[in-house]
Amino acid sequence: MSTVATTGTEGKAWGGGNQPLKSSYGKMMMWFFIVSDALTFSGFLAAYGFSRFKFIDSWPIADEVFTHVPFFHGNFPMIYVAFMTFILIMSSVTMVLAVDAGHHMQKTKVTWYMFLTIIGGLIFVGSQAWEWGTFIKGDYGAVQTKGGNILQFGEYIQKDGEKVFKRVAVSDFATANHHSDRAQHERKNGLWFVSEGTLPDFTVDEVAKGLASHSNILVRSQIINEKGEKTILSRAESLKQIKENGKLVVHGANLTVNEYGSPLFADFFFFITGFHGFHVFSGVVINIIIFFNVILGTYEKRKNYEMVEKVGLYWHFVDLVWVFVFTFFYLV
Amino acid sequence: MAHEHKLAIFRGLLKFKSNTQKIWGVLIFLSIITAVEVVLGIYKPESLMSQVLGMKGLNWIFIILTLVKAYYITWDFMHMRDETPALRRMVVWTAVFLICYLIFILLQEGGYVFDVYKDGFIKRDF
Repeated sequence: MSTVATTGTEGKAWGGGNQPLKSSYGKMMMWFFIVSDALTFSGFLAAYGFSRFKFIDSWPIADEVFTHVPFFHGNFPMIYVAFMTFILIMSSVTMVLAVDAGHHMQKTKVTWYMFLTIIGGLIFVGSQAWEWGTFIKGDYGAVQTKGGNILQFGEYIQKDGEKVFKRVAVSDFATANHHSDRAQHERKNGLWFVSEGTLPDFTVDEVAKGLASHSNILVRSQIINEKGEKTILSRAESLKQIKENGKLVVHGANLTVNEYGSPLFADFFFFITGFHGFHVFSGVVINIIIFFNVILGTYEKRKNYEMVEKVGLYWHFVDLVWVFVFTFFYLV
Repeated sequence: MAHEHKLAIFRGLLKFKSNTQKIWGVLIFLSIITAVEVVLGIYKPESLMSQVLGMKGLNWIFIILTLVKAYYITWDFMHMRDETPALRRMVVWTAVFLICYLIFILLQEGGYVFDVYKDGFIKRDF
């Protein structure tokens, strides 16, 4: 007699063999992975919120940061990122259509929809790379003060009968004096284990001189006033701030400096969109693997396309996260 | 397990004939929401800029629209609508509870640090 022959519970609810959640093991585990990944992303976004609330009166205004569209010159806040959002939602749709075609065992349709999903993912990752490049490159340049604050430049112009503040690039009014340039510290001309990044195009003294000789240019501080705009300093205050507090000319953004304002903004931007971009990238790779499996007829032989459904869940989750990143980085 | 889909959205207000139709319907709905968000984000109507519960009214609108989008992505694209209530609650309630808790703590703390910088004896304007 074997150890467990009968338990007397066969056919009863606790007799085993039933599926209370009516879902396969793989799908359920994908859901639980998604929950944990969602918590990771909300950790990042909540940390972003923490830093933003900490510097709520000086945080960069996203509309002024992300204003570019590839192949077009001009000021188009949000347009490109809205396009990216649409691309991702669209690729989510083709994914869910692939899942649906899978339920009906239509191999050709699944193949085509998977293909379109992959294309959408690639466009999105490419756009993300372009967005990073533009952000790193920067546009106007600014001066960082001893206290780590950012001073930007601009002038008042008449536009449609109204006085508006227009940003001016540092290179438009400062003149580099090449004789005074400090040599860049490279490994070959100093300590072999120490090197430094590219030197700024201008020194603070050159900027101060340029500012003094252009009487129309004013400094804009990073403090947000009650109208929700950055405070513009008077001419006298502008000259004083640059002269007394200016420390470094910055252009673009990286992990240590950011011409748009708090370096934390750039840090979180790179970290969160980078982590999301990595998810999109791995999603594309997984989609390609499944795509080839579909072509090879693996799921025809298995007589079900559940694998497509599982990667579909992951792909939709990536879209879901982007919806939140879009809101908290670009809109709010 | 048969692949049966619930084909009604908006609490039964809108019924679709097939799952494919529902997918396109949800896409149109999500696109409209995104377009509204973008338009509001570009024009920033003055009437929505007043403070509501410690944040600009417009920001609350953005957050609510985002949650609406998240709902339809999860319910219709990820087919949460068709899962059993037990699985749905396991996933949604856990995430929603933990995320709300985390957001509350971190934003509360961030606001406190802001006050310390502002009212304390820490000089940042240099």
